[in-house]
Amino acid sequence: MTVSSLKQMLVMPSFEFLTGFKLAIKRLCKEPLGLLGLILVTLIVGSAILAPWIVPHDPIAIDVLNRLKGPSAEHWLGTDQLGRDIFSRVLMGSQVALKVAFSAISLALGFGLLLGLIAGFGPAWLDHIIVTLFDTVRSFPTIIFALAVVTLTGPSLTTIILVIVVTSIPIYGRVVRTQTQALSAQEFILAERALGASMPRILGVHMLPNVIGQLLILASMDVPIVITIEAGLSFLGLGIQPPTPSWGTILNDGYLFIRNTPWMIIAGGIPLILCTLGFTFLGESLRDIFDPKLRKDI
Amino acid sequence: MLNLLEARDVRVRFRSKSVIKSLIERDDDPFLDAVCGVSLNVKPGETFAIVGESGSGKTTLARAITGLVKAQEGSIRYLDKELIGLSSSQFRPLRRDIAMMFQDPIGSLSPRLTVESLITEPFKIHGVKVDDYAEEARRLLSMVGLPAHFASRYPFQLSGGQARRVGVARALALSPKLIVADEPTAGLDVSVQGEILNLLATLQSELGLSLLIITHNLSVVRHISDRMGIMYLGRFIEQGNTDDIFEQAKHPYTQALLSANHDPDPDAHSERIELQGEVPSLLQRPMGCEFHTRCPHAKDICRSQVPEMRYSTSGHQAQCHLIDAI
Repeated sequence: MTVSSLKQMLVMPSFEFLTGFKLAIKRLCKEPLGLLGLILVTLIVGSAILAPWIVPHDPIAIDVLNRLKGPSAEHWLGTDQLGRDIFSRVLMGSQVALKVAFSAISLALGFGLLLGLIAGFGPAWLDHIIVTLFDTVRSFPTIIFALAVVTLTGPSLTTIILVIVVTSIPIYGRVVRTQTQALSAQEFILAERALGASMPRILGVHMLPNVIGQLLILASMDVPIVITIEAGLSFLGLGIQPPTPSWGTILNDGYLFIRNTPWMIIAGGIPLILCTLGFTFLGESLRDIFDPKLRKDI
Repeated sequence: MLNLLEARDVRVRFRSKSVIKSLIERDDDPFLDAVCGVSLNVKPGETFAIVGESGSGKTTLARAITGLVKAQEGSIRYLDKELIGLSSSQFRPLRRDIAMMFQDPIGSLSPRLTVESLITEPFKIHGVKVDDYAEEARRLLSMVGLPAHFASRYPFQLSGGQARRVGVARALALSPKLIVADEPTAGLDVSVQGEILNLLATLQSELGLSLLIITHNLSVVRHISDRMGIMYLGRFIEQGNTDDIFEQAKHPYTQALLSANHDPDPDAHSERIELQGEVPSLLQRPMGCEFHTRCPHAKDICRSQVPEMRYSTSGHQAQCHLIDAI
């Protein structure tokens, strides 16, 4: 037996989910960018969860005498226009950012996936209805749509999440629909039908694994976009209300005081950049891992 | 002997224009007949070959038989069950008996599944209890002549011939009685084609399968089939025992097809009949005999009257006015 075939036997997953998951993590660690992504994401998620216990200062305590200071041993990232510790605010702000990003994206992804599969594989009339709905929603600019919803319901985190979910569903839905349509014309789907495979089986076992890769990438690149949308809405006073810290409000305050100090905008921007990089690397490696054609170890 | 599969006057129509367009253009008949009144029967243990050019409706006929395309008219009976008009859930139990193989060996295998899960999938779909899927996969792989370690491969790691064998294993999994094979040798090297055909022939004699093979490769037909039908524009223009047809083709189209097939014997000089023109469009079928536009023997009667199917004692049948004259 050759070394490669021995290796293959060792690496090939059995079909238990847990072994598959362990192997995915193992393979992820073999790719430098994937590992970097995993570390960054773990770091960000970890600090967001632990934020209330690890903040060095109260993020909403005002200290007007020490306003707009640069970094120091006392305040690692300086202070803002009200003298609040920016490092503590960034840490606490990651909670809001991730809460919005995770819940909005996972909801949008779920609904988009479902609607996209139905539109792509279902009857033509249903496809028309769903696509028309997608187009209608996409024709509203997000901010205008948000303004309308906030007028009706009042500003809150839930409203922001709702607005982002509704406006992002078409993005995911369209990708899934196109992929599904391309796949359903392929012979292996016909072969499954000839075998008597049920609709849920065709969609779940044969379509889903072929569309999920693109979606993971899309979702990971959407994380920073969603965080900036939250920032924009908070800036307009439609989202997070002061004094609760969020990366968006830190960035926007930094923008207002950029003539006085660059530190606020740097402090608000760097976590956003790290977050973007982390999720993008992770997403790309996950796609490669789940696509046997892109996997390097077989 | 009782027929395993019996098709009578099967007609498959596709809409050629949208509803709105046909309303605007006042087209009463916005359809084309991909398969137009085909009859055939397959006996247990027999191989029937459907031959024809691209676009002659062979694949559509095969898909109508396996219920992937709806036939509008006629009847398709499997044993004593009528297949036309069955809903997909009514058809499902029959799919254990009627397996289908598709043209593209690699493209007809789901790309994210391993060979093992591909060939044991039929059991899962039909809820057949299997103690050990890996063991079952090994058994099926050995049946089609693949080593057991192929179980962990993915379709893109297989060659065309290997993928075709996996396709055969998948078709065999539920021990069907009839395998409908659409171009089982398409896209394979000649040597691999031979291996696959021999494999099919061996399995057929061991398991008593019936085969319905769709192909445009006449050497394949001669090698493997007991009976054959030649399709032109969605109809059988000639049908009969393979040996009869190869020795004494009645229809000028069949004669032209056979003359275009290379004879491996270099001393055998056969006259090659070259057909003029293109296959007519299904949207504008010629009047009279549909082959008259390309027939080297066409007479006036061919342009005006549809020829009847003529039978000989051995069951050889052909649809041509001039059978006795040619």
